[in-house]
Amino acid sequence: MQKVLIANRGEVALRVIRACRELGLDTVAVYSTADETARHVRVADEAVCIGKAPARSSYLNVDAILDAARRTGADAVHPGYGFLAENARFAGACQDAGLTWVGPSPRAIEQMGDKAVARELARAAGVPVVPGTAGAVGLEEALRSAQDVGYPVMVKAAAGGGGRGIRVAHDADELRRCVTAAGREAQAAFGDASLYVEKVIARPRHIEVQVLGDGHGGAVHVYERECSLQRRRQKLLEESPAPNLPPQTREAMATAAARLAAAVDYASAGTVEFIVDDSGAFFFIEMNTRIQVEHPVTEMVTGIDLVKEQLRLAAGAPFDFDQDEVQPRGWAIEFRVNAEDPDADFLPSPGEITAFDLPGGPGVRVDTAAYAGYKVPPFYDSLVAKLIVWGRDRAEAIARGRSALSEFRIEGIRTTVPFHRRILEEPAFTAGEYHTESVAEFALA
Amino acid sequence: MPEKTIKSPLPGTFYRRPSPDAEPFVNEGDRVEPGHVVGLVEIMKSFHEVKSEDSGVLGRFLVDSEDAVEAGQDIAVLGD
Repeated sequence: MQKVLIANRGEVALRVIRACRELGLDTVAVYSTADETARHVRVADEAVCIGKAPARSSYLNVDAILDAARRTGADAVHPGYGFLAENARFAGACQDAGLTWVGPSPRAIEQMGDKAVARELARAAGVPVVPGTAGAVGLEEALRSAQDVGYPVMVKAAAGGGGRGIRVAHDADELRRCVTAAGREAQAAFGDASLYVEKVIARPRHIEVQVLGDGHGGAVHVYERECSLQRRRQKLLEESPAPNLPPQTREAMATAAARLAAAVDYASAGTVEFIVDDSGAFFFIEMNTRIQVEHPVTEMVTGIDLVKEQLRLAAGAPFDFDQDEVQPRGWAIEFRVNAEDPDADFLPSPGEITAFDLPGGPGVRVDTAAYAGYKVPPFYDSLVAKLIVWGRDRAEAIARGRSALSEFRIEGIRTTVPFHRRILEEPAFTAGEYHTESVAEFALA
Repeated sequence: MPEKTIKSPLPGTFYRRPSPDAEPFVNEGDRVEPGHVVGLVEIMKSFHEVKSEDSGVLGRFLVDSEDAVEAGQDIAVLGD
């Protein structure tokens, strides 16, 4: 492995380029016609235009990406997150073209991509799952299962995930209607009408565990991230460790996640997502087979460079640390700075950034591909920067967050910076007592 | 007198159908009224409706489905 093509854009493309550079690997950026002035294009050793602005013509264009790899002599592909990162066919096509795929096997992507199959794999590995149906079901079994676990229940699309394709039913009549409508919707959205049923856990916390696997049954966990601060199931802020999580729960979740990764011979970085109810019981919901947006909070508390680990593992190297060497230190919080107007229902706000002054100082990290004069295109994700702060404890991390957010000046577009400033003044947040419904309850958004 | 047009309210990617397998919102030659949805603009993974502000007969589309559009760009010509 000598030359890595990064099949992505924005801050994550830069993140991967930096990791490659540290490892002495050459880099190839790909870009759409909307991204000719993007930083990942300038920073990479080589760059290839792969198509027009809409993602389908460029960043989702498998043939154009494989062609760019062939023309530049790249021998590996890192997909970043989003776009083709969890596309088993793309992973397989890269491998068929003789390229090293920096990620889990196409089989693991496919298994975990089917949320009903993932539930069964978790259950088989002794990982608790939300009470509900075993695998995908029809209407009769859905009704029976709902009767057993008790209403309300969620009807979920097996091919969904990330909060998409979910409906809630409070009684049998509503469940009948949900199954019909959700099946139709899932068929249209994902080309797969399979559904499964889970009990609704009220006001849960959403906590995920970062894992790394060697593809041969070896797996380690790198502890958890608290991701409950969400709006319409989109994460806005993440932190590690999860506040007020009992140590024994934390250890049990982390080891369960590593057990699941080992059971499926998982390769590369992945995330096992759990929900935690108000009694502290935790349940598997899904596994994300990619590096995640919020991976820096784990890097800040563990000192482990997760993207570099992905590259090393893809090249066939063993883990360069043991499980008991993973000793988190201090506290990290990530703020997602999106081009959205928090005072106008988070309406997307693309356009030219006229001023861009970054915060700095001890324990402050900013991952961004933006700059003053950069035009945020309307075609892709709204993420323009990730501000990550680290402190010896949560109070210091919050104080650094306040300071950094007040220093972060972005003009020309609206961003979520003011929203984050308000979150840090919410008593429930500073007390570390929040769940996935909290943002709506704070009435900030 | 200048032609009446329907404009995109936001920049992004224009679509004439609610989903790839569905019928177009409107066809050339259809009559539209104020508030009539003629397409969608995808901006940063969210979808927003493009509506006609006037009544008239939709003459022709000036952009194809999946074309990139700017805010305020003419999408279609509206005749009487």
